Amino acid sequence: MVFSLNATRLGISAPVLALALGLASCAPQTTTTPGASPAAPGASPAATSAGGAVSISGAGATAPNPLYQRWFQEYNKLNPNVQISYDSVGSGAGVKRFTDQTVDFGASDATLKEEDRAKLPAERGKAIQVPSTGLFVVFAYNLDGVDNLKLSRETFCGIVDGSIKTWNDAKIAKDNAGVALPGDAITFVHRSDGSGTTDIFTKHIVKACPNWKAGDGKTVEWPTGTGAKGNEGVSAQIQQTKGAIGYTEFSYAKQTNLKMATLQNKAGEFITPTPEAAAKALEGTTVPEDFGLKVPDPEGKDAYPIVSLTWVLMYENPKDPAKAKAFSDFMRWALKDGKPFAVELGYIPLPDELATKVSATLDTIKVAANK
Amino acid sequence: MASTDRSSPMSWQRTGLSRSIDQGFVWLTGAFAIGVGVVLLAIALRVGSDAMPAIQKFGLGFLVTSRWSVNDEVFGALTQIYGTIVTSLIALLIAVPIGIGVALFLSEDYLPPRIQQPIVFLIELLAAIPSVVYGLWGIFVLIPILRPIGIWLNANFGWFPPFSVAPAGPGIYAAGIILSIMILPIIAAISRDALVAVPSELRQAAYGLGATRWETIFQVILPAAFSGIVGGIMLALGRAMGETMAVTMVIGNTDTIRSASILSQGSTVASLLANQFAEASGLQVASLMYAALILFGLTLVVNVLAELIVRRFSLKL
Repeated sequence: MVFSLNATRLGISAPVLALALGLASCAPQTTTTPGASPAAPGASPAATSAGGAVSISGAGATAPNPLYQRWFQEYNKLNPNVQISYDSVGSGAGVKRFTDQTVDFGASDATLKEEDRAKLPAERGKAIQVPSTGLFVVFAYNLDGVDNLKLSRETFCGIVDGSIKTWNDAKIAKDNAGVALPGDAITFVHRSDGSGTTDIFTKHIVKACPNWKAGDGKTVEWPTGTGAKGNEGVSAQIQQTKGAIGYTEFSYAKQTNLKMATLQNKAGEFITPTPEAAAKALEGTTVPEDFGLKVPDPEGKDAYPIVSLTWVLMYENPKDPAKAKAFSDFMRWALKDGKPFAVELGYIPLPDELATKVSATLDTIKVAANK
Repeated sequence: MASTDRSSPMSWQRTGLSRSIDQGFVWLTGAFAIGVGVVLLAIALRVGSDAMPAIQKFGLGFLVTSRWSVNDEVFGALTQIYGTIVTSLIALLIAVPIGIGVALFLSEDYLPPRIQQPIVFLIELLAAIPSVVYGLWGIFVLIPILRPIGIWLNANFGWFPPFSVAPAGPGIYAAGIILSIMILPIIAAISRDALVAVPSELRQAAYGLGATRWETIFQVILPAAFSGIVGGIMLALGRAMGETMAVTMVIGNTDTIRSASILSQGSTVASLLANQFAEASGLQVASLMYAALILFGLTLVVNVLAELIVRRFSLKL
């Protein structure tokens, strides 16, 4: 009898289990349907009641991300109707999403290539590429007792290609007369991920260093050093390692309070990295029509040597003209009233002359054409 | 007795619905099991087809050359394959003895269950720590501790190839040690389960034959649990070879083998993918896919080897 009871239980329990599983799999459906139906009517009036609210999305370069986030936040305070979101997925991915039209705007540390422009369908018109801000790359280092390291072109070339191995090398000593340099080994820290910062840095190294063989680009074959992922990875590595030196965006080095080296520029002057000195690199240059201004080795006497622009990508014939108009308005604001935030975070505001040209180009976007 | 039970309408005459639910349940679980296999095959096929341009261009040379040049579009993954194998071996070398030791200690009755259970739980918790946390801990805690040891090893045993370079901080050794900590809970937990599952009759029989505790553990319990332990080690090895974030943060990411020293920087297949995939294009993407395919292959070889070891050495019961 006991046995028969057990058998009964067993016989029942399997279907019960199956039923329970079946119910469990049904459960989300039954709960969401009634839950969704009141929510849906609630959501649509909310969206319409906001009136001219626009939500713009973009993606691209990581280097200007802190500034962009700050700009979007400040602009949203002034214009609560405009919500701009930005994915800092990297320049390459930003360009891809821009040509795939999955974003309202793209952003890149490198100018668009012809092949990328060709990928954009004709109905979107041509790609509008305008600079948003300038950025500059510094040598950050970790060396006890040396607060104002000076590096001549020959010296930093030697550090980057691995021919200078210790901090008391004669070349470094010559640049820094009177400074007690330790005999520690130099650990050069570079980016391990594909990066616009590496691109800017190596473009300068190619010009400044006759012995450099690895070329330039987002990823190069580093002859020496340690790779770290992201600007934050490089900063952490430098902070943690005595005798380390590496390149990073000025804004990141500033945030993490790393010591930065004074570099010799093309004119032979030693320039301390400051946004003012970096802005000098952009002065007196002629800007091409696509704004693809490159200053791999600026000529100016007071110009900081490793400087580049970063760009925002827009469509000439946007899918959603209202969004494009809102974004163009934002860009005009950023280039004028957004300047203090750029300076505060360690970026280079565009010179007035360049900003005016950008503004004129923004006018060519057909913001009302499709309406 | 049995026949009366079968005739009882309550217990054995099942309705058609209950039968079809049972059948449906079997099919459902079957579909899940097959689905996992299909997903794996689909991933392998997709990775393989995306890797085709690189496979056609570099062939098997990809496995034995170590130049990784985006500018010249010349790719070879020897550095990464070497790094993957060496870091995983270091990890196993450290984690296997410790892990099995821990499992033995926690499966025998050295501790009262009240103390033993929380320790088991803590070890399993180690497996739940996110790998990025391991990576940060590696950069900020582990490497500052290990680097002076590495410098000392280099100064005193520099003639020994694995210590021939002074460490710059991150490196293969750091990645190996981080991995060993990450895989330790897997080995310990699975080995303990295997040891606990050994039938107590075996132990009693061993004692009955006059075996000491040493002999019982090493000649009876461990061999009986061997296949479970090897299974745990292989799962751990799989994790070690595929670990991305923590390794990328502590290995130093160089694209060439600079020396045979474990104190120098390196790179693994997983860290290469993590570093370069986001900004890659063209042949570089195909080469990264090729590298991923090789990682697939390495895992497959490891699993087949494990199966062979288990078949060859496990105690026939």
